[in-house]
Amino acid sequence: MQFNRKDLLGLEELTSEQIKLILDTADNFKEVLGRKIKKVPALRGVTIANVFYEPSTRTKMSFELAEKRLSADIINFSKATSSVKKGETLRDTLENIKAMKVDIVVMRHGSSGAHKFASEFLDVSIVNAGDGQHAHPTQALLDMMTLRERWGTLNGKKVTIIGDIMHSRVARSNIWGLTKMGAKVTVCGPPTMMPMEIEKLGEGGVKLEYDLEKAVSEADAINILRIQLERQSIRLFPSSREYFEVFGVTSDVLSLAPDDCIVMHPGPMNRGVEIAQEVADSEQAVILPQVTNGVAVRMAVLFLIAGGKVDDTELNEN
Amino acid sequence: MTSWKDKREFWISGAKVADPEAGKIRAGSVLIQKGMIAGIVWQKSPETELPVFDAGGLVLAPGFIDIHTHLREPGFEDKETIESGTAAAVAGGYTSILCMANTDPVVDDPSVVEYITRRAEESGHCRVYVTGAVTKGLEGREITEFFHLKRSGAVALSDDGKYISDSKVLRAALEYARVLGMPVISHCEDPYLTADSQMNEGFVSTRLGLKGAHSASEEIAIARDIKLAELTGAHLHIAHISTAGGVDLVKKAKKKGIAVTAEVTPHHLTLDETMLETYDRNLKVNPPLRSAADISALKAALRDGTIDCVATDHAPHNEIDKQVEFNFAPPGMLGLQTAFPQLNTELVKNGDIELIDLIRLMTSSPASIMGFPGGRMKQGELADFVLIDPDEEWVFEKQMIRSRSYNSPLIGKKFKGRVKGVFLEGKYLEDVS
Repeated sequence: MQFNRKDLLGLEELTSEQIKLILDTADNFKEVLGRKIKKVPALRGVTIANVFYEPSTRTKMSFELAEKRLSADIINFSKATSSVKKGETLRDTLENIKAMKVDIVVMRHGSSGAHKFASEFLDVSIVNAGDGQHAHPTQALLDMMTLRERWGTLNGKKVTIIGDIMHSRVARSNIWGLTKMGAKVTVCGPPTMMPMEIEKLGEGGVKLEYDLEKAVSEADAINILRIQLERQSIRLFPSSREYFEVFGVTSDVLSLAPDDCIVMHPGPMNRGVEIAQEVADSEQAVILPQVTNGVAVRMAVLFLIAGGKVDDTELNEN
Repeated sequence: MTSWKDKREFWISGAKVADPEAGKIRAGSVLIQKGMIAGIVWQKSPETELPVFDAGGLVLAPGFIDIHTHLREPGFEDKETIESGTAAAVAGGYTSILCMANTDPVVDDPSVVEYITRRAEESGHCRVYVTGAVTKGLEGREITEFFHLKRSGAVALSDDGKYISDSKVLRAALEYARVLGMPVISHCEDPYLTADSQMNEGFVSTRLGLKGAHSASEEIAIARDIKLAELTGAHLHIAHISTAGGVDLVKKAKKKGIAVTAEVTPHHLTLDETMLETYDRNLKVNPPLRSAADISALKAALRDGTIDCVATDHAPHNEIDKQVEFNFAPPGMLGLQTAFPQLNTELVKNGDIELIDLIRLMTSSPASIMGFPGGRMKQGELADFVLIDPDEEWVFEKQMIRSRSYNSPLIGKKFKGRVKGVFLEGKYLEDVS
């Protein structure tokens, strides 16, 4: 099966078969990451620009690492070192990058829809590394990969996403991806951080639950979102202290969930705000395996976008 | 003001003459003398020695009147000028337009009113009326010199684009405007609720990850303004009403006899929030495109008279402004050239309203709200007309745009109904559409 998509803008526009293909491909690439020489020639000669208009630590490192593992040539651009401050538009910047004969643009941008806008005039492939509050497909894919590794399937599993759903592109992409793969999603958080009619989002919708104890009681996994203080124009909850008491995931809260409930967090964590120290470091947490899988998922996405098929020869060592 | 007056006496014959006040379109002929309507006969061809303009069976209606146009001059001539904006107006069948005060400098001083009036005389293709600002610099704090603005030619007052949040300022403005008989046009939006908003708030904004402006933000603003109109007895005109709840408030106010009128834009009647999934910046407007339920309520309000007229909110922005990320794009779309064909296609041809209703909503109704001449088909009125083919099918192409800007989401759209010609004070304008 071929991926047959020029861009990866979000999971909403993918079929469950396409998502499965990415996850299967990522499983194969994960094996590469366990080798002594962690590099394959799959994208040799392919040039990738990492264009980051928002600060990012792990996503940017993860993409870069994935690109290096695939033997791609890389250029990096981030807002702090670009001419954006001198007033160059996104369009001009991307046209310039395109003029340098880049094959794939990996972009993070603070504006929802920025990638859709870019796809209007860029004929090179675009991979979304996060746009505003809209989508962060590779994060959701690595979350799903991590869960599928443990469970073998996502179908029928219950996943609760906790926190600031309104401002979270991670939540939106997880909702689309998980529901397409047959999982049941519950969202939980303060009412001020719950966007309107969230129940209708995803394939078949999600369950909305304001009571954290009820929201975790049947969860096979919980995904705890970072409280993004920087995205709030006003305080949407009175204090971090109160948030932690009402919506913070502590070991007491976790004890109400099934014993094998998996704990995820996309990072970076605010320990003591949305997640307690002991939960972040517990046996149930897969927060570091998520990071490992992030590299494999991004290798898979870039490989498939570049037109690759999963083929043993391409996975051979350099 | 410019006179387009054609000294000739002549007949326009062979027309389907639309009389918006009578609510009828009938075969007839119209006699024009010195730029005015001198008589109407309900026969296809009058017996006369005078020259005859054969309308060839087209609908002859009073020229359209737009009471919500952004001409952008002075200050934003890269987006639109009085010349280009009025050219677009005439191409859309308009013979009179009322321009908004959010220019640079703001129309908060008689000299700016005089400047616009003079520029319209020099370069305008149609009649231009001027709105003065309610507050200095549109800052919502101090009211402008209404008497002086009126004396220099301003006909209405508005801080359009901004809501006057301070209730005592709007109260003072309404009290002051009442004695001058000037309508105050209000852009109803609670700015605290809509801060940073990009579109209507609801499922679609949730899905697209764009910050929403809930319809309640418009309703709250309308409710307060109506209360102040009741208190002061002034004429309050609600600009670009977009919500079902707002319509209810206006309906109740009218029942109580409060002097409130309301306009709706063609885009709020025909385009809805779901279209934003493409993140098309030309669909970003303020107030935002709303839900299908709001559109139904707006159409019903047009039929029952709660909404008095159609106004374009023609808001040119050049391509540089709009070729950016959605949240950085300024709100607004063109409207003058597409208002009639769009509404004829979407409302008249779909049976929501009759053609004569649409004509009334674009002629005699806005004229009554603002106290303008024209807009009526009767003896003694201005000989301002639009000739319409209500059935012609055509495609709106980019090169047809007369504005300096191209921010229309309707480029490439197939329309039914087309403006075929315009008369201004009896003078036939060549090369209109």
